[in-house]
Amino acid sequence: MSTSGKARTTYREAVRAALREALQRDPRVFLMGEDVGRYGGTYACSKGLLEEFGEDRVRDTPLSESAFVGAGIGAALNGMRPIVEIMTVNFSLLALDQIVNTAATLRHMSGGQFSIPLVIRMATGGGRQLAAQHSHSLEAWYAHVPGLRVVSPATLEDARGMLWSALQDADPVIIFEHALLYNLEGELAPDAGAVDIERAAVRRAGSHVTLITYGGSLGKTLKAAAILAEDSIDAEVIDLRSLRPLDEATFLASVAKTRHAVIVDEGWKSVGLSAEILARIIEGCFYELDAPIARVCGREVPIPYAQHMEEAALPQVKDILAAVRRVLAHV
Amino acid sequence: MALSRETALALLHQMVRIRRFEEKCAELYSAGRIRGFLHLYIGEEAIAAGVMPALTPEDAVVATYREHGHALARGLSPESVMAEMFGKQEGCSRGRGGSMHLFDARLRFFGGNAIVGGGLPLAVGLALADKLARRDVVTACFFGEGAVAEGEFHESMNLAALWKLPVLFLCENNLYAMGTSLARSESDTDLVTKAASYNMAAQPVDGMDVEAVYHAAQDAVATIRRLSVPCFLELRTYRFRAHSMFDPELYRSKAEVEKWKEQDPITTFHARCRALNQADDTDLAKIEAHVAQEIGRAVAFAEAGTLEPVQDLEKDVYTLRAEAYRTIEDEHLR
Repeated sequence: MSTSGKARTTYREAVRAALREALQRDPRVFLMGEDVGRYGGTYACSKGLLEEFGEDRVRDTPLSESAFVGAGIGAALNGMRPIVEIMTVNFSLLALDQIVNTAATLRHMSGGQFSIPLVIRMATGGGRQLAAQHSHSLEAWYAHVPGLRVVSPATLEDARGMLWSALQDADPVIIFEHALLYNLEGELAPDAGAVDIERAAVRRAGSHVTLITYGGSLGKTLKAAAILAEDSIDAEVIDLRSLRPLDEATFLASVAKTRHAVIVDEGWKSVGLSAEILARIIEGCFYELDAPIARVCGREVPIPYAQHMEEAALPQVKDILAAVRRVLAHV
Repeated sequence: MALSRETALALLHQMVRIRRFEEKCAELYSAGRIRGFLHLYIGEEAIAAGVMPALTPEDAVVATYREHGHALARGLSPESVMAEMFGKQEGCSRGRGGSMHLFDARLRFFGGNAIVGGGLPLAVGLALADKLARRDVVTACFFGEGAVAEGEFHESMNLAALWKLPVLFLCENNLYAMGTSLARSESDTDLVTKAASYNMAAQPVDGMDVEAVYHAAQDAVATIRRLSVPCFLELRTYRFRAHSMFDPELYRSKAEVEKWKEQDPITTFHARCRALNQADDTDLAKIEAHVAQEIGRAVAFAEAGTLEPVQDLEKDVYTLRAEAYRTIEDEHLR
């Protein structure tokens, strides 16, 4: 315990605490996915939960993404509150049919007869030299689809609190956990609990430029903001938190104030989340802008293995700094 | 065991009802009253008619895009189904689904799935929830033999067998996945063997014989309830009409179709009933008259139906927050 009464913990432990709380509080909740039980979770998020809650509620599945995600949808339709874990967003493509064609459509297509209170968690993002089939950021694919809610916890508080709120939602919610965040350390209040999952958060207030980001890029963006502060550049950092729906009001208000915007997104630039945010800014506060908007995104390649190449493919602090200076230099 | 006269008449009635309903649909399609895709079940009626009596109202049904017969046999009113095809908000899916997406939550009829194989994982999940909640409920999942080539078939069969879930897998093998025959799409055309390889009871059934379907479904459902395990039935059948209203049927011969029509499930069953003195021509005439009236009412209902206001277009993409919390609270209290 520190003097503030908060305890040192990690993002991984915060996810585990959220899972444990959900399993304890609601008998309809169960967790299923590949290696969530005996193995303890690919990222050890569910370690110990099988022993605590038993095989009915912590279910190891075969490597059948489509079947176990679809089974989650069916169970949600039938009174349960399943939490389905998919190892990585790349593997989730094997379940795309169930997520897009069934989970997202069923309510509207049936004239409002069904709700699907399903939560799907998955790891996303690069930075661990896992190459092109374990490292991508495909959040935008899901954020594209009406009927889904998509959130991205970037802090310990959100890792701890978004799950319970997602479980209270009557519709499918996808939670993206950036794999590099699991080891993130920090302090968390012992009574930390549910958080809102609709609003973006201003993680650092500033007046010169708005940096809009989410998930695994938040840390890099805050680091860039701290360096900029040494040069008397006062950056405001917005953490989107919810990728669908986008909390447009929060980032538009910030851009209207700072008159400059830089978007940081590990996903690819073309037709991605950064493109959508940029479009919303143009639609919403074009006349407030003093300079063109800049984007710092993942380079348009499959993420390579070699460390130097992977680093070059992902947004880095120096790229954010360069983009901010470019935008502010524009007269 | 022989069927009672009452059961025989009910089965005959259900098959005639589905047949005449769909003949009317085809007519209304040609008249431009029904649009989009329309997949007719004509020739396959013995399956829906024979299986449904084995299920209770608590059981769940998952069907395909060729599901008018399943919907009617499950108890959806012809009015609500016809209105759906007319795109009217009085339809069973408010006119948003059309022919391929019939739903009724109260009847636990979960669609109406137009992705081949897409309904199987859903059925597994419905059954998983029932098993976890210790409810004595069966999920009946209909799909065509085309789904057997999909990964979702194999994933779902494996999961249902592995977790011993109460699912009745009903494979309606009409020999053609749209225009591709089973022999041209499967390295091994023996579907029962495939299912059995998942360590699941599996058997073939003459899907043109409603009595055989009726008994097979009763037995399978009894097994599922007794042992809480999945079962697989391959129902061998044939669709007399084209795949959809756009299909010129280049992939099969008229002679083949005519040959199968000799096994028409309605005429063959009626002939057998007549031979056993269970139903005579007067009974059939009564059924026809009753069905004609029922379909007339359905068409009139659909014609008189209203269109959903365009301002409701985005309604029910998501559950309303207040409604969602209420539902969750209610379920907790129950």
